[in-house]
This record gives sequence, structure tokens and C-alpha cells, in this order.
Amino acid sequence: MGFAIAIALSMGLIGLVNTLVLTALGILLGTVLGILLAVGRSYGKKPLSLFILIYEKVLRGIPLLVIFFLIYFGLPQIGINLNAITSAILGLGLRSAAYQSQIFRGAINSIPKGQIDAAYSMGMSKLKSVQHIILPQVLRLSIPGWSNEFTILLKDTSIAFTIGVIDLMRQARYIQVREPNLVLVIYLLIAFIYLVFVLSANKGLYYLEKKYQMVGYKTEAHR
Amino acid sequence: MALLEVKDIYKSYGNAQILKGISFTMEKHETKVIIGPSGTGKSTLLRCINQLSPPDKGQVWLNGEEITNPKININKIREKIGFVFQDFNLFSHMTALRNVSIGLEKVKKIEKEEASERAMDELRKVGLEIQANQYPGQLSGGQKQRVGIARALAMDPDIILFDEPTSALDPELIGGVLDVMRSLCGKVAMLVVTHEMGFARNVANEIIFMEGGVIVEKGPPKEMFIHAKMTRTREFLGRIGTLYGEEEKGG
Repeated sequence: MGFAIAIALSMGLIGLVNTLVLTALGILLGTVLGILLAVGRSYGKKPLSLFILIYEKVLRGIPLLVIFFLIYFGLPQIGINLNAITSAILGLGLRSAAYQSQIFRGAINSIPKGQIDAAYSMGMSKLKSVQHIILPQVLRLSIPGWSNEFTILLKDTSIAFTIGVIDLMRQARYIQVREPNLVLVIYLLIAFIYLVFVLSANKGLYYLEKKYQMVGYKTEAHR
Repeated sequence: MALLEVKDIYKSYGNAQILKGISFTMEKHETKVIIGPSGTGKSTLLRCINQLSPPDKGQVWLNGEEITNPKININKIREKIGFVFQDFNLFSHMTALRNVSIGLEKVKKIEKEEASERAMDELRKVGLEIQANQYPGQLSGGQKQRVGIARALAMDPDIILFDEPTSALDPELIGGVLDVMRSLCGKVAMLVVTHEMGFARNVANEIIFMEGGVIVEKGPPKEMFIHAKMTRTREFLGRIGTLYGEEEKGG
């Protein structure tokens, strides 16, 4: 029994690392692409913003499992072969970008247009005003929405085992087969690990949110 | 050579024609006040001058250079034209000091430390040294507007355009902003859209009365207030005088 748990734990650890890799790279891809999409949709000309709109609608309208299968099983038919973990990161990131774009676009829209007029009026170029005036505020205002998306993506990595990624979930399945008697304990443990991750991510991001909150944007608790 | 020359400016938004041929000139260090009813195109005129909204027709010349020419680098020109907004438009994520120094640092490419020092000097001029490290959200409306003026001044402009700088302020805060503006008189050219008749009367070299997208009449304050030629000017000045009072006698 003790031996079984030791094996289970070490297997779990391997899965854990992959879960973290999927989360980190997935969110990174989603954020970089999400910011680009948001800027493109807010400032881009008609064909670009229309294309982005369609991208967002499509990616938000397909179940993640279907996206994974399309990338991992579908793409090889047209000659694009990606391994399981790359496919999973791509699927997570591309979908997350569609959601994150909404978060960033909302933040862009909430910055008063007058501040951009003010930036132009002192001789700033469009690029400089985005860099120094818009983006720093957009990132601050996006933290709450982004935290939410982060935890959703973290939990959604658990679907990646369906295309063969050896993550926390995949390892749980292995252990379940080896030790059927432990099944309840295994999944409770897995649930607990996800929960700890999500709660600590929330805590850290809440700290960031408070730290970078702009004065005057705070809502205080009222009676 | 005039500092600023506005030649026959036309501007429409959709079907609404806002400006219908505006022309006037300004000399160095001159103060001119534009008055007129709401929706007359006063703000649009200011935005046409610094090309935030380029005019459909007509030209703007600054220091003998046609700045309405699309080939010109407008960012370079805008450094020379300060703009003070009705709603302040301070950058919310920056302290008062940073609001003033950012232009020096990122546009004029001045070293960070020197930019901060110069920004501090500007804040001192508008009486906000103590508030330097506060954010816009922590400042009163009057203080915000003084930061707005310091921000414009820091760029060392030839002319500052003021778009109803006191209209969003509580009555008791207006005085402080007007005092700052008065202190600039004769040091930098100012083109001020305002309803503050006391300021117009005591500080302006010339008052321009605009209505319906055209200049109805212009002249020195004394002439305009005492014997305006046009009936419409007299009507407007009479009405606005009773509304806003004339607490600032003398001067």
C-alpha cells in the first residue's frame, strides 16, 4: 500500500510538471495573441478587424475537445504533424486568445479618449501613446478578467490527456488502472491539487491587482 | 510675421457643418478669448488648429509654416502648441509629476532626472509642489486643471489652446485656475475658449465672438463690452453677463 502511494506520487509529479507547462505556455500564447487581437480590432482597418471578429466568434464557439482533436488528429491530414503537448498548448492558447482579446478590448475601450488626445497634443506619436499611455492602463484594468481566464485555462489543461498528453489527469488514469481500490483517493487528491493551484494563483493575482490599482478606480465597500 | 494664422477654416461632421470659414491671426505672447453660445464650433476650432481634427478646407500657419500640409510631421508641430482640456484628460496611472515629465522624457528625449526636475519647476509655478506625487484620482478638479496647465507649459510651447478650462470646475475652484492663466499672460500666447467674462474683459487683448460657425465680431474687450457693433454680440454679452456675473472688476 505504502509502495503504491510512493509510485503514485512520483508519477503524479511528472504529470504535474506537464500541467504547469501547458498552463504557462498556453496562457503566454493566449495573452500575447490576445493583446494583438484586441489592438487589431480596436485600431485596425476594416478587413483586419472583421477577420479578428470572426476568429473570436469561431474559437469561442467550438468546444476545447474539438479544437484539440482538430489540431492533433485533423492537421496531419494536410501535412501538419504536431506532437501531443504542442497541439495542446496551441489549442489552449488559440482559444484563450479569443477570450483574452475580449478582456483587453474592454479595457482599451474604458480608457477615456481624451487621454489619447492629450498624448497626441504633447507631440506623442500613435505608437508612443499606445506604449506609454494606453497599454500600461489596459494591463492594470485587465488583471481581474485575466485572473479568471488564467484559472479557467489551468483547469482546462486537464482535457489534454484525451490526445495523449501525460499531465496530472493522464497519470491519475494510469494509477487508477494499477490501483483500482484507490480510485476515490486518487481523484480527490487530483481535485485538491487543482484547487490549491487555482487558489494560490487567485491570491497572487489579487495581490497584483491591488498593487497596480490606479488611484480613483478603487470601489470601496459600502453599507 | 504672425505667430498663428488661421485662414478660412471649414469643418463638417457628417452633414453638420460646424465651421464655415474662420480666419484670424495671433501675434507672439498675445491672449485672445473666444466666446459664443454652445455648439458654435469653438472647441472644434481649437481641435482644427492643432490638427486633432484636421479641417476640411482652409489653412493653419504657425511661425510661417503651413501645418495643415499633410506632409508635415504634425507630432513635431504639436510640441509647440499646448492644449488644456475641459475635462483635464490627465493620465490616470501617473502621478502629477509624471503627467508633466512624461512629455519631456518621451517626446523631447530629456534624461529622466532632468525631466523630473523641470516638471517639478512647472508644478511649483502652478502651486502644486506638495501634490507632485499624488495621482489624478486624489486631486481636486482645480488641482487637476493646474496639472493640465503645467503639463502643457513643460513642453515650452509658443501657444497654448485652452478649451473651456474652468467649465468643469466648482465655482470656488475656478479662481485658482484663472490666477495661473493670468500669470502666464504676456509670457506665452494663449487662445482661450471660455465663459469667464471677467477673465475675457481683464486679460484678453482681443475677444472673438463666434456663432453658427462664423466669427460674428471681434475687437478689444472694452469695445466689445461697451459698444459692440452687432446686436447679436450685445445680446449674448448681456445674457452671459447676468448668468456668470462680473465679480472680477478692475485689473
